[in-house]
Amino acid sequence: MRTLEQGGGAGSRQGAGAQPSGRASQDGTRSGGSRPRAGGRRRSPASVSQLTAWAFAAPVVVYLVAFYAVPLYRNFDLSLRDYTVRSFVQGGAQFNDFANYVKVFQDPTFWPALGHTLVFTFVSIGVQFALGMALAVFFFQNFKLSTTLRALFLVPWLLPLIVSASTWAWMLNSDSGVVNYALSLVGVSPVNWLTSPQWALVSVIVANIWIGIPFNLVIVYSGLQSIPGDIYEAASLDGAGAWQKFWRITFPLLRPVSAITLLLGLVYTLKVFDIIWIMTRGGPGDSSQTFATWSYQESFGNVLPRFGTGSAISTLLILMALVAGLVYIRAQHRQENS
Amino acid sequence: MLFPVYWMVNVSFTRTQDMRRTPPALFPLHGTLDGYRAVLRDQLPYLGTSLLIGVATVALTLVLAAPAGYALAKLRPRGGGVLNFALLVAQMIPGIIMAIGFYAAFIKLGVLNTIPGLVLADSTIAVPFGVLIYTAFMSGIPDELMAAARVDGASTWRTFVSVVLPVSRNATVTVSLFAFLWAWSDFIFASTLASGSKLQPITMGIYRYIGNNNQEWGSIMATAVVASVPAAVLLVLAQRYVAAGVTAGAVKD
Repeated sequence: MRTLEQGGGAGSRQGAGAQPSGRASQDGTRSGGSRPRAGGRRRSPASVSQLTAWAFAAPVVVYLVAFYAVPLYRNFDLSLRDYTVRSFVQGGAQFNDFANYVKVFQDPTFWPALGHTLVFTFVSIGVQFALGMALAVFFFQNFKLSTTLRALFLVPWLLPLIVSASTWAWMLNSDSGVVNYALSLVGVSPVNWLTSPQWALVSVIVANIWIGIPFNLVIVYSGLQSIPGDIYEAASLDGAGAWQKFWRITFPLLRPVSAITLLLGLVYTLKVFDIIWIMTRGGPGDSSQTFATWSYQESFGNVLPRFGTGSAISTLLILMALVAGLVYIRAQHRQENS
Repeated sequence: MLFPVYWMVNVSFTRTQDMRRTPPALFPLHGTLDGYRAVLRDQLPYLGTSLLIGVATVALTLVLAAPAGYALAKLRPRGGGVLNFALLVAQMIPGIIMAIGFYAAFIKLGVLNTIPGLVLADSTIAVPFGVLIYTAFMSGIPDELMAAARVDGASTWRTFVSVVLPVSRNATVTVSLFAFLWAWSDFIFASTLASGSKLQPITMGIYRYIGNNNQEWGSIMATAVVASVPAAVLLVLAQRYVAAGVTAGAVKD
């Protein structure tokens, strides 16, 4: 604590006096300036500060290589080899060209899984964004309890996914689930939400939307905060109604924020696995199978793991995520430049 | 929006014989603590493991992310843009891909089914996010503050530890919060990298309960409630950081 206070005190005391010199040395010698003697002989102060900078960044660089690049490489490598449990442990699995990929493409699960992945992703992000935005606009009108309620609405997003998924699984239970009970009150006959092929995908999408709303709510809300209030006042003076204000002002001004929210949603939703796996395991049949669950099923869901095809599927999944990611990064650049 | 959360709590207090009643009881009138007794009986080791993994993940994440954030925000290393890009891409890699890759690597390293292995895997969810948060936050620290420390004769490391870190407390809280929650709620790494381990996190505890044929929903929901407690507590303690974290992670303005 003492060093902390000393540092802060010294900073504020000398801050004003140090300003001019600090500014002058800003270009070339950021941190190297603190020890002019250390690098004076051989290295220029600039390269010393470069070294210091990379020394601070080095752990994360090493980390990225060891814990992202290596697993990614291993995954890709697996997808090109013919693996059995034995060769997996002992090594020496043969390259089989692209046989795993061919197998995946020819698998009857391929097209349904692709379709489910796309439907799951786009329906989820579309609906959760629309609902998130509606709630954000609603909460923006600073009424009593607005802050408390908004905080409570974050809960679904912070719960462990396995908790949300099992809660939904029980609510959607065919015989004793509360959803079917509620439907029976309005005269709808019970639906086999999780055990019938035509409803399983709908069920996992509903649960996923519920989990995704808070995230959209928070980001859109922060976007609303950056819209200057006097625009609305001017619109009111011109006689604009609430609906007009939303479509003519809020919606267009939120466009950059909306783009980022949707793209992040895309990236997150592509990799959703826990919810589907826990609620339906991709079934019944393959009726709610996505690339993420299919890959898991192949690699870890069988008695004998099929790592070759499992990692081939996940390589396809990462291609999809990368496309989404590149779009995201481009959009963010455009937003920064505008 | 909040109904499922309510329902989870409600069911956790419901007696097994009332579970399949029609209409379902909207309030736990004949409340029972059986579910929670089951948690105490079966789940304590899982909860302990999760706590340990969560805290270790937070520590690892902070140690890695804070200096990197400082470098990217203030020391401006040449090629920092590439690092930034790599971090963004890293966040987009689906967990299943990492899990398969880790499985292969962990067998060789001998850390499959161990807690350190799981901590390493879990930290990959939070580290890129942590660096981005720290970078965003530390960019906002006035350069004069660091210049002043330099005039006082502090080295870059010293400036980082005694000036930059204390000022960045909010970023530290945000990163710790998310690192803990993500590690706590991780399922995919736990089920792939620790399925043969004696010490398993609480997500696996719940998964085992669901997997049982005689599905005791009262116990499952009680465990779910208990597993949600950290999220609830953290939410109350750190509301504003949560929102700040989401927005800083996604939108830079």
